[in-house]
Amino acid sequence: MAPTSDPQTMQRSYLWQDGTLRSWLLTTDHKRIALLYMASITAFFVLGSLGAALIRLHLISPTGAILSDETYSRMFTMHGIVMVWLFLVPSIPVTLGNFLVPLMLGAPDLAFPRLNLISWYLFVMAGALVVYGLFRGGLETGWTFYTPLSTDYTQGRVLPVVAGVFLSGFSSIATGVNFIISIHQLRAPGLTWYRLPLMLWALYATSVIFVLATPVLSITLVLLAFEHVFHVGVFDPALGGDPLLFQHLFWFYSHPAVYIMILPGMGVVSEVVSTFCHKPVFGYRFVAWSSISIAAIGFLVWGHHMFVAGTSLYAAVVFSMLSFLVSVPSAIKVFNWLGTMHGGAIRLDAPMLYALGFIGLFTVGGLTGLFLASLASDVHLTQTYFVVAHFHYIMVGGMVSAYFAGLHYWWPKITGRMYPEMWGRTAAALLFFGFNLTFFPQFLLGYEGMPRRYATYPAQFQVLNVLSSAGASILALAYILPLIYFIWSLFRGARATANPWQATGLEWRTSSPPPTENFIEPPVVTHDAYDYAALDHPAPAPQAEPPHV
Amino acid sequence: MTWLPAASVHAGQVDILLGGLLLISLAVLGLVFGLMLLNIIRFRVGSRVPVSAETVAHKSWRFEIAWTSVTLAVFFALFLWAARLYVVGFQPPSGAIQIYVTGKQWMWKVQYPGGQREINALHVPLGRPVQLLLTSEDVIHDFSIPALRIKHDVLPRRYQSLWFTATQVGAFRFYCTQFCGIGHSRMTGTLIVLTPTDYANWLGQTPASGSLATRGEALFIHNGCSGCHVSQPYSPGADDTSRAPSMVGLYGSQTMGPDGQRVKVDNAFLHDAILHTATVSGQAAAYATQMPSYRGVLAEEDLAALIAYIQTLSPSRLSGVGMSASPERKGN
Amino acid sequence: MSEHLAPYDSPRHRDETAIAGMWLFLASEILLFGGLFLIFVVYSHTRAAGWALGVRHTNLMIGGINTALLLTSSMAYTLGVDAARNENARGVILAGLSAAGLGVTFLCLKGWEWHTELADHLFPGPGFALGGPQAGGAQLFYSFYFLSTALHGLHMLVGIGLIGWICLRTYRGRSAPLIAMPVEVVGLYWSFVDLVWVLLFPVLYLIGRV
Repeated sequence: MAPTSDPQTMQRSYLWQDGTLRSWLLTTDHKRIALLYMASITAFFVLGSLGAALIRLHLISPTGAILSDETYSRMFTMHGIVMVWLFLVPSIPVTLGNFLVPLMLGAPDLAFPRLNLISWYLFVMAGALVVYGLFRGGLETGWTFYTPLSTDYTQGRVLPVVAGVFLSGFSSIATGVNFIISIHQLRAPGLTWYRLPLMLWALYATSVIFVLATPVLSITLVLLAFEHVFHVGVFDPALGGDPLLFQHLFWFYSHPAVYIMILPGMGVVSEVVSTFCHKPVFGYRFVAWSSISIAAIGFLVWGHHMFVAGTSLYAAVVFSMLSFLVSVPSAIKVFNWLGTMHGGAIRLDAPMLYALGFIGLFTVGGLTGLFLASLASDVHLTQTYFVVAHFHYIMVGGMVSAYFAGLHYWWPKITGRMYPEMWGRTAAALLFFGFNLTFFPQFLLGYEGMPRRYATYPAQFQVLNVLSSAGASILALAYILPLIYFIWSLFRGARATANPWQATGLEWRTSSPPPTENFIEPPVVTHDAYDYAALDHPAPAPQAEPPHV
Repeated sequence: MTWLPAASVHAGQVDILLGGLLLISLAVLGLVFGLMLLNIIRFRVGSRVPVSAETVAHKSWRFEIAWTSVTLAVFFALFLWAARLYVVGFQPPSGAIQIYVTGKQWMWKVQYPGGQREINALHVPLGRPVQLLLTSEDVIHDFSIPALRIKHDVLPRRYQSLWFTATQVGAFRFYCTQFCGIGHSRMTGTLIVLTPTDYANWLGQTPASGSLATRGEALFIHNGCSGCHVSQPYSPGADDTSRAPSMVGLYGSQTMGPDGQRVKVDNAFLHDAILHTATVSGQAAAYATQMPSYRGVLAEEDLAALIAYIQTLSPSRLSGVGMSASPERKGN
Repeated sequence: MSEHLAPYDSPRHRDETAIAGMWLFLASEILLFGGLFLIFVVYSHTRAAGWALGVRHTNLMIGGINTALLLTSSMAYTLGVDAARNENARGVILAGLSAAGLGVTFLCLKGWEWHTELADHLFPGPGFALGGPQAGGAQLFYSFYFLSTALHGLHMLVGIGLIGWICLRTYRGRSAPLIAMPVEVVGLYWSFVDLVWVLLFPVLYLIGRV
């Protein structure tokens, strides 16, 4: 076992080995790139959250409290685009994923280190373009860019925003290629597929979607820009085009993108639940393959966004059935996490609290997804606040909880410092309650029929809207707290040992923070993932273990 | 805050479906949170209860198969239940009152068969099926009536159908629920369900510039349609259909589509045929002259009137059938 | 390609990794063009007559010559890959230059074709040359035509740039033993660009012509 992170470990760690700004900006070290990404997506998360805060503040009053209709439309468009493409899609893969994939594989870096750096620069350029478009002129189409509104009927800055989203797609593809090839090519000796941590299975599935769905978004955006500039009629019914074709293409990417956002979260939760129960994940192979099947079936369900859009009855029936099917693997995961807890030695540290929050909120999100996969109820609930609440339960309740779980869990590994545990638990609890108070009323609003994206609304909806806004203020506190104590811990946090949680992954075998080359001695894997018996009672010599396939 | 009324039989059925979904969800949530709490209490580090070895070593695949198949079965049942209710929306009953609803940024224009028009309000009689024929003049809108639990996107230049039979007198709000620009949240209106007598009175009191079909007939002549298309069965030259197809008996009949397949002449077909003749190209060769496109000449309201007029020329076939969205009607 | 921290065990491991990466990237590219081809699948069916009208107005002569040029270019480059495997630097440079030259000729011809089409007002828009009832479908065809050829042309430019880079690095590294991997990786990409054209050619010039 590596020693506690004494000053020498710190000195030779990736963080301090060369401290110049130039060495950070030109680094090909996946750990440093992960931190560059973390800084950028945190900035975008703050920006998107400010948009959300303004939206919730505005909706306190039925006539709209602070914004004009136009500003309100721009605000929710900004919130959607920034949160989806500049925070949720990259979030876990580019930060935790970038940091952990080589460590979990026992490799010194990703397969293509320079490509990794390029992807960060692409992402930053993408972000700059999007922010430029959204704040110099603005855009009022919603993040879905439906035609012909976005092509012929908007004064907004379609081009820079679309170009930005297009570039961010390249960054995603680069990351996806890098992860898949790394997992295929760079596994440490003895690390067979069924010994991989479930985080890697989840990231592998995510990367497949990155590589295969993102290009469809790219071409859709190219078509959209082409149409917007030249008015050629690809999606314009006035010139013979079909606006539904845009929706098909858009959702062919954007539905799998939902799984891009949630699968890595599931990977994190699998790691955290296993560690804090000190017990192997129940049904390892089922959890692993459920990630792959979610990615696969996820490509076939885009039509459930279009049950009232004017597609054929047969399409709707088929897509409804497939949508039910895709929720089965998610249900399998939830049951397996509960099975993992059974008989474990459960510790309720902050990462575990966040992970439990994920399981609960994700279950609510998944179950309300059934309301939307069912055809007749979807007709009533779609395009209302019910949908808003549903996907925020998945994206914020699920994904953001998982991201925070992962951040707390690997924070000692990333920085070599412990975060303050009490504050961590407080923030986890605040997130859970604040989140529910914000979004649960929106289910009721949706059933009552309040449409989404309304700047003003009938007075009968006010009580629930005020409740929701009140919850948002608690949620904001739950975001601000970690930001403060994480920064505090960088300077004052207790020094972390190499393996503070008694976890099994390869990343815990090296020092905290790891040296630039990740492992002083290249690791050899002799056990299954989550083999706590081997951790607690280490065998005298590795060759005593029989080879395992 | 008032609970959302259910103003049709369909709305009640959707509520029952939602209730079923809610019960299943609550049961699953109870299970998940219950197991989570039980596990935490029983297996927390430091808890006194000893853990037996067999608790820890389960046979995992039996559990996996059990919960996977139970989940699948429940999901499939839900799917069937919800799909059956959805199919109904595609089967408007014959004899429904056809009302044309046109969305534009940011208002709803409503036209009645009798020629009455109004904006952001829709009057319907109690207990009679009503079919809304929805179209848009600009971007995609969506016509949503929560009290009836129905909605449908409203696409430019094609007709979508939404039908219902209101069973409760009163005023209910309808909304545009597809984001359509900065005035989106102002694009709402009121559905007013009247008793049949009140409805008749309302129709009588509302000024109408001739019925929709009458206005259509005027447009038919005014725009020169009658120059080529025959519109009366026994007029002089009624047998001369060399220039263009006769309008008599056309609505509801079958004709040749662009690629030689047979298509049915319905509202959507006529709408497309008048605006861009491409869809009827399969037949165009049979006639001496080529019909010009009326895109930009006729507004959506004019088209609605023209189609209403053409429908009257096929009295035997006039019914609520034949929407672009409707597949073959089945007997169930 | 020597990283400060190369994560590879051996040169062979490195080469395999790079080639696998290129294949995966090409899978992504297939989906990019796949989305575009969906436009063709949908509109050549729903607007068949207008679409065919558009096809009949393309320049089959230039299209045919370009197809031959690109196939030859691809073949030339493949000979270069073979030369690289035999560590024949001269062969690589020769093949690369001829492949790139043919590619440039392709682009010049394509540019000329575009020029005549723009002069004939075949770019979709208010002044579109083809009138009549099928104008809408023909405009959709030309939207697809210009977009797909532009996108393919962009890929050609990138490919020619890459081949130039291969020639340059081979020329500069004459003295050291030749590493075949970059030549092969670029070869994969160049073949893909060729393959896209082989699919585009019938779609743009042939299907619906007769």
